[in-house]
This record gives sequence, structure tokens and C-alpha cells, in this order.
Amino acid sequence: MVENTLLEVENLKVSYGGIQALKGISLSIAAGELVTLIGSNGAGKTTALKALAGLLHPTSGHVHYQQKSLLQFPAHQRVVNGIALVPEGRGIFARLTVEENLLMGAYIRHDKTEIAADLARQYELFPRLAERRAQLAGTLSGGEQQMVAMARALMCRPTLLMLDEPSMGLAPLMVEKVFESIRNIAAQGVTILLVEQNAKLALEAAQRGYVLESGAITLSGAASELLGSDAVQRAYLGT
Amino acid sequence: MRLNHFLTRHFVLAIALLALPFIIDALFGHGWVRITDFALLYIMLALGLNIVVGYAGLLDLGYIAFFAVGAYTYALVSSPQFGLHWPMWITLPLGALIACGFGVLLGAPTLKLRGDYLAIVTLGFGEIIRIFLNNLNAPVNITNGPQGISAIDPLQIGSFSFGNSYQWMGMRVDDVHLHYYLFLGFTLLVIFISRRLEDSRIGRAWVAIREDEVAASAMGINTRNIKLLAFAMGATFGGISGGLFAGFQGFVSPESFSLMESIMVLCMVVLGGMGNVGGVVLGGVILVALPELFRNAAGPVQQALLGKVVVDPESLRMLMFGLALILVMLWRPAGLWPSTQRRREFAADDSVLQQEQETVYDASK
Repeated sequence: MVENTLLEVENLKVSYGGIQALKGISLSIAAGELVTLIGSNGAGKTTALKALAGLLHPTSGHVHYQQKSLLQFPAHQRVVNGIALVPEGRGIFARLTVEENLLMGAYIRHDKTEIAADLARQYELFPRLAERRAQLAGTLSGGEQQMVAMARALMCRPTLLMLDEPSMGLAPLMVEKVFESIRNIAAQGVTILLVEQNAKLALEAAQRGYVLESGAITLSGAASELLGSDAVQRAYLGT
Repeated sequence: MRLNHFLTRHFVLAIALLALPFIIDALFGHGWVRITDFALLYIMLALGLNIVVGYAGLLDLGYIAFFAVGAYTYALVSSPQFGLHWPMWITLPLGALIACGFGVLLGAPTLKLRGDYLAIVTLGFGEIIRIFLNNLNAPVNITNGPQGISAIDPLQIGSFSFGNSYQWMGMRVDDVHLHYYLFLGFTLLVIFISRRLEDSRIGRAWVAIREDEVAASAMGINTRNIKLLAFAMGATFGGISGGLFAGFQGFVSPESFSLMESIMVLCMVVLGGMGNVGGVVLGGVILVALPELFRNAAGPVQQALLGKVVVDPESLRMLMFGLALILVMLWRPAGLWPSTQRRREFAADDSVLQQEQETVYDASK
């Protein structure tokens, strides 16, 4: 059991119609940790994140966040409680500028001067975005769009940041940059739940990991152990 | 200096707007002042629909139903139908409130629908309201069915009726002039509210929902309430406009609230420029004025050129209307006067292409 638990998921089940996408998963994340949830296509990774963000309703199970039951909150109130999601495929507002996207991230906040300060902080963290602040987000490259999505999520000052496949569809060099940013964000003390298909990169960045296979968690442990384990090597790393 | 400029400009605009009905009257005659009054009612409607379609991006094809609800509310409580003669400062807000309720009624079950599906449901809603109005004369006669309700009280405040003519300082002021000022006041109010909403937190939330609903709720936006609010606000404007229409016309019947009317109002929004208040106003003026102009011109022009009227002006009117729509959509797909956002979105010009190329090629930097 991890000390100082921020998020505790117990036996979470989600169904789409008659199909069970999550067959009861349990995991926990301590404050300040970077935890990754890896698995192949269709394993249920995105479903798990969506359920935690409140975009899907689980059929059963419990989620405790900061000692509170999370499932009673609708999606928008989870953001107020400090849970931010960077959705799969980034979900940026393509027809708004980079800056408008970031400001939309601060929708729940009212402290204007602090928002301006946070905006400057994001530009520091992602200098590319500072150059492109007046550009339409839809015209950015995939990697830059991912940065917009992450910076936008940080604008609500999250306690827990959930990233859904940030490396998806990116050039290898860009993937490196995105992961560098993820490490930077983690270094600032933000707790991160990282969902990835790219098991190697995710496990190298994370402290602990969970392996999800067809809706159930089959393996868990320290990231370095998982990286060395035969099962993970065989299934995801292709050796 | 800037403030002075601002004041001068608005002062000139105000004088122009105040003098407009008399200028129109002198130049084109009484009938055109009446058409101007209708244009103002349509502008109010279009601005209401603009909130739903332009700001929140929810395609509503049954919008005229709220106009009908406002009009019938006014008609039922200010006519011999039930022998009620409530004053307009009660009936207008009441109509707006009931229309607002209907807006929520339409919004609630359609929260999960988008695009084509939403369009179909809203279209059905508009028709249901019209058919109800058409058939609510039995077993209990409420709406008087297809005959409609006539002898509706004129709009009046105390003993001052907008339906009468007055003599002021040797100048004759008729009902069409008086209604113009009343409608102008309401229109300006609706414009003011629209502009304020656009710049507000709610306005930004609407934009976010229009762009990407999942991302919007991941930003902490209560998408359900914000969408309902869009329906409710749009419906409220429609209801006010409907009440004014009933008082002005003195007669309402279900015919006035057909699908064609919904489409007409939608055309004003799309043609003028979705999401831009100025564009929507322009769209309203053009779509009310042009068909009337055409109706008056088509006969005489044919007479002069061909010596006889070959095609009925009425059918030519719709032909030209369709042609105009196609031309605008081809050449100005974002509308005649688009909002800056729409303009950017449709501006697939060189500068944007170049930006894209740059970003793709130097992404690895």
C-alpha cells in the first residue's frame, strides 16, 4: 500500500452496452507520483481515464480521491477538484488561437493576475507555444498540439494530471520532447497518471506502472521491474 | 479624443435611426415603414437563433416555434378569445418566460444530440408546436385552430397605444412609426445583451462546446447547463419578438409559423455571418428587404422589357432568393460579414497554408 494516497480505484467496472470494457480494475496513486497505465489497443486504457474524468459512468466500483468518493461528482466538478484530463487525440480547440486555448483551460478560475502569471509559466515550459501564441491551434504540428493540450490542462492548476496517449501519431523526435515536458511537469510536483501504448518510454519516465490487458490489470509494480519483466518484454517491447 | 470620436459616431447613428422611418416614409411610402418594422422583428429572431446556432453551434431548425409561443401567449391573454386584456408589460415578459420554458423543454431531451440528429429533432419540435396550435380548438377551444386569433389588443402602455396615430407639433406620427421606435428599442436591447454574452465567460463556454464538447467538459465547463442556457436565451428572444408580432399584427394564425419561416431566420444568420451580431443584423435587413424589392420590381420590369408579365413575380422571388443563397455560399462561405473566428476558419489562404508548412517542417526544432 502506498503512503499518502491521492487516488484509489477499487474494482472499477465499465460497460458499453453489453460489452464490458473494464472488468474491475484496482489501482492507487500517491501524491507526487508519476504512474503509468500501459496496454495494447482496446485494452481499456482510455475507458479507464474517461471514467476517472467523469466522461463515462462506471457500472460498479469505487474511486476515492483525496479521501472523498469521486464518482458522485460530474465531470466539470472533478476539474474544480483538481483532476485534469488531456484527452486522447489531444482535443484542442482547433479554431481558436494557442493563447485562447490556454485561457480556456483556466475557465474554472477567476483570479485574473494569477491566470496571467500561469500563462507566462506555460510559455516558459513550452517556448514553442510562446512563438505561436496568436496562431490557430489547428494549424500547429501534432507535437505542438500535444503541448497546447498539456499546457491548457495545467492552466487549471491540477493536482492530478491524466494524459491519454500523448505520444500518439507523433514523430519520434517530437515524442522525446513531449516526454521531456511530462518529466518537467512531474518535477513541479504534479501527480501524473500516464496512459500509453509506448510501454518502454512510459516505463522509463514513470515510477510505477500497471499493465492492462483486455479490461483487467495483469501486472503491476515498480516501473524498472516491469521494464525488466519477461511478460512485458514479450508483449510490448518485442524482444 | 477617442471617446469624442466614439460619441460623435454613436450620436450620428442615433439621429439616423430616429429619422429613418420618416425618411423611408417620404421616399418609398407607408408600406415600406411597415416592412422595416417586420425587419426589426426578424432581426430580433435572428439574433436569438444566433445564440443557439452561431455561439453554441447547435443547429436548430424549429426555432420559429418560440416565436409562435410568444405570439400566442400575447394573443390568448390580450384578445376577446378568453375576454382577457392584460397589459403588455405583463404579457411580453410572460411570453418570453413561457418561450424560455419551451426552450429548456426542447433542450433537455436533445442534450446528447449533435449535427444532423439535433436538426431533425428540432425540426420535429417546430412542427409539433405548429400542429398543436392548429388543432387546439377541440375538445376545448384554446387557440381557435386554423382560423387563428383576431382582434388582438394593440401594444399599449397605459392609455398610450402604439396602434393609433398622433399629431405632434404639426407632424403626423402613425402606428407604423410608433411601432418602429418600440421595436428598435427592443432590438437594441437584444443587440446589447448579445454583445455582452459574446464577451462573457458563458460566451467562451459556448465557443468551447461548439469546438469540442469533450474537451469543453474537461475544462470544467458544465456542458449540460451551458447548452440549456443557450436554448433558453435564444427562445426568450424569440418569445419577445413573437409577443411584439402579435400586438403589431393584431392577428395570429398557425400559418405564420411554418418550417419555411424557421429556415428563413436560419438563412439570415448564415447569410449574414454566424456568430457576428453585425452580420446577423445585416442578414435580417437583406432577407426582409430584397424579396419585397423584388416583388415590387419584377412585374414592371417584365412589362417594360417584354410588354407583358411572363412569370409570376411571386415564384420568381423564390427563384432569385435561392440563387442569391447559392452565390453567397460559393463566394462568401463564412457569410457576408463574418465573425473574426469564422473568417479565420474559412481563410484557407496563402498565409495560413504557409504557416502550416512551416510548422510541419520545423516541428523537430
